[in-house]
Amino acid sequence: MKSKTLAIAAAAVLAASAASAGTLDDVKASGKLKCGVSQGLPGFSTPDDAGKWTGLDVDYCRAVAAAVLGDPEAIEFVSLSAKDRFTALSSGEIDVLSRNTTWTITRDTDLGITFTGVSYYDGQGMMVPKSLGVTSAAELDGATICTNTGTTTELNITDYFQQHGMTFELVALENSDEVVAAYGAGRCDVFTTDRSGVAAERLKLANPGDHMVLPETISKEPLGPSVRSDDDQWEKISRWVLNALVEAEELGITSENVEEMMSSENPSVQRVLGVGDNDYGKSMGLEADWAKKAIAAVGNYGEIYDRNVGPDTPLGLERGVNALWTDGGLMYAPPIR
Amino acid sequence: MSSMSEGSGQHPSQSSRERSGLAALVFDAKARSLFFQAMLAIAILGMIWVAIGNAADNLAQQGREFGFDFFDRPSDIQILTTFGTWLVGYEPGQNTVFHVFIIGIANTLIISLAGVFFATIWGFLIGIFRLSPNFVLRSFGTIYVELLRNVPLLLQIFFWTALLRIVAPSQRGEFSTLVPGLLQFDAKGIYGPYPIPHDGMGVVMIALMVAIVAAWGFGKWAKKRQDATGQPAPVGLVSIALIIGLPVVVFLIMGRPLSIEWPNFVSEGPVLRRGFERGIGSYIAPEFMALFLALTTYTAAFIAEIVRAGINAVPKGQSEAAAALGLPKGVAMRKVILPQAFRVIVPPLTSQYLNLTKNSSLAAAIGYPELVAVFAGTTLNQVGRAIEIIAIVILVYLVISLATSAFMNWFNNRVKLVER
Repeated sequence: MKSKTLAIAAAAVLAASAASAGTLDDVKASGKLKCGVSQGLPGFSTPDDAGKWTGLDVDYCRAVAAAVLGDPEAIEFVSLSAKDRFTALSSGEIDVLSRNTTWTITRDTDLGITFTGVSYYDGQGMMVPKSLGVTSAAELDGATICTNTGTTTELNITDYFQQHGMTFELVALENSDEVVAAYGAGRCDVFTTDRSGVAAERLKLANPGDHMVLPETISKEPLGPSVRSDDDQWEKISRWVLNALVEAEELGITSENVEEMMSSENPSVQRVLGVGDNDYGKSMGLEADWAKKAIAAVGNYGEIYDRNVGPDTPLGLERGVNALWTDGGLMYAPPIR
Repeated sequence: MSSMSEGSGQHPSQSSRERSGLAALVFDAKARSLFFQAMLAIAILGMIWVAIGNAADNLAQQGREFGFDFFDRPSDIQILTTFGTWLVGYEPGQNTVFHVFIIGIANTLIISLAGVFFATIWGFLIGIFRLSPNFVLRSFGTIYVELLRNVPLLLQIFFWTALLRIVAPSQRGEFSTLVPGLLQFDAKGIYGPYPIPHDGMGVVMIALMVAIVAAWGFGKWAKKRQDATGQPAPVGLVSIALIIGLPVVVFLIMGRPLSIEWPNFVSEGPVLRRGFERGIGSYIAPEFMALFLALTTYTAAFIAEIVRAGINAVPKGQSEAAAALGLPKGVAMRKVILPQAFRVIVPPLTSQYLNLTKNSSLAAAIGYPELVAVFAGTTLNQVGRAIEIIAIVILVYLVISLATSAFMNWFNNRVKLVER
């Protein structure tokens, strides 16, 4: 029994070692991209009625799968709690983590992972029952607060209350559904997470109309995908797929007109789509039309946004800071050339 | 006939003597088993070696280092008010990761101790119910055991959490009474009086200890006298009188050096100000209660079965012999049946205690900040030293379990049959 346990442990370490080099080769060999997503966050990563994963984070993974394997469906989704996500990535259980994860210096330098961009600029918000009679976060002294454990929100809320000289009690739970349940039952006065998450979870409550989101945004939460730090090639693929989606929106390339755009005279468009002699995929180990495949599969960043979290979805989130830089937002891709 | 059996008997020993040294070793059962054990040991050591090497390589590749310096880092996480935070006096930003570690251990220990204590009492009761001639008690025992030990523990923890939420008033400014005049509760916890000792309370505690020692001494003397003369003494009554009476007398002499802080309930003003004021009186988080109820009732079901098996293992002749001697039923149970049943009960009881302690780590699911939730969870996410932290947590559980085992072995040695 003892020897068997050790053998399994040793095999696990051996496997982790094998997976850490050449992620691209591993993904191509297995024919599947292992993508770490949430346990169900509407708009970002959640299974629909048919059990198909949808959301902004999910579409990013589909774009990577399309660019690498040519098939946006060739993905194995791994549902992870906030607490387990980094260990899952650094141990090789997943190839890319796309799970509404905030980019911070500690996570980028201490955990053996590297963030490859920002797919959604978020900030922490708070939801309270209207019956509390509170209109601002500054009035929350003495409140009990529910949030997810292992998140930056857990730390931000402490900072915010300390800065404002207020006391509070924190109930940190592992599963987002449990957090909402605890809030719904009156265990907590306040529910806090990223604003997009607050908007999404509010829909899960019995009477969403009885609850309101406070106006304050108490932190910067740039959410983005991350990969293991030991694989430069894979890191660049992850980064440039995201950049290509943003660049495509700026150039007006959509999932619908991508085929017509192949004959575009605009050199910038030709470079993104890999037309003619333009081959930026080669040095990343990809085909010349890597970006074209990604855009054809999920559309440009604007399409992804509108489909999953935009004003016409149940979440109804305006573009705001997530608009292109040309529209006064923060979405800005370095040039593809 | 006789010559044939002689021949076949001699044949193997002759041939083995004829074989060369190496072949003899191969056919020697002892040498063979030594060889395979050595091979297994080498294989295992080799695998451990490869595993450690790979782990080190992986860490180096990812630019991560190995070490325990993170214990000194300041910890800025907020932790749910529990036994651990009370013990450490925790304030976010004022304490270090080491304090969080201590809080985790303290919370694991307190839930384990409370769970073991009450699960034992409740388990013994249910176990005796199951053997009761009373149909209602017996059926209750059977249904209880079959229901609780066949439902996954995590589910039971969620069940108790949800139940506590349903029975508790959810609006701020409302509360219900658990024990009139003593304990109240709302959705945020259970509130009760908090004792504040003053000068002189130490003397009362010393009196209590003296009383316990005296009661123990009296018990020994009474047993000796009964062995010698057959005269029983009222040990129970005298002990209770000593343990309660002496401290109470000293308490009164010292001028009642203890005040009680009652929880302060606010029903007026802004909604967020309503409810029980934080930091006044004593407080139990609902997460602790849910976990405590789940662990206690679940483990009690297993203990009940162990107790039933232990009592059934004592031959019927023992109780018949006790009856023939004219011992009353209660005395027969206490002096004849239970001492023998204990020998069967104690070893499996130990593993139930260990299970309860380890099961307390399921608390992470409902947010009770024990070792796994707060240290292997929140802290691990902050400092990112997975290998070190998980190793430490394993070590802590190992120490707790080995200490429990050592204690139970000592107890087992005391109750086991003394062979003469």
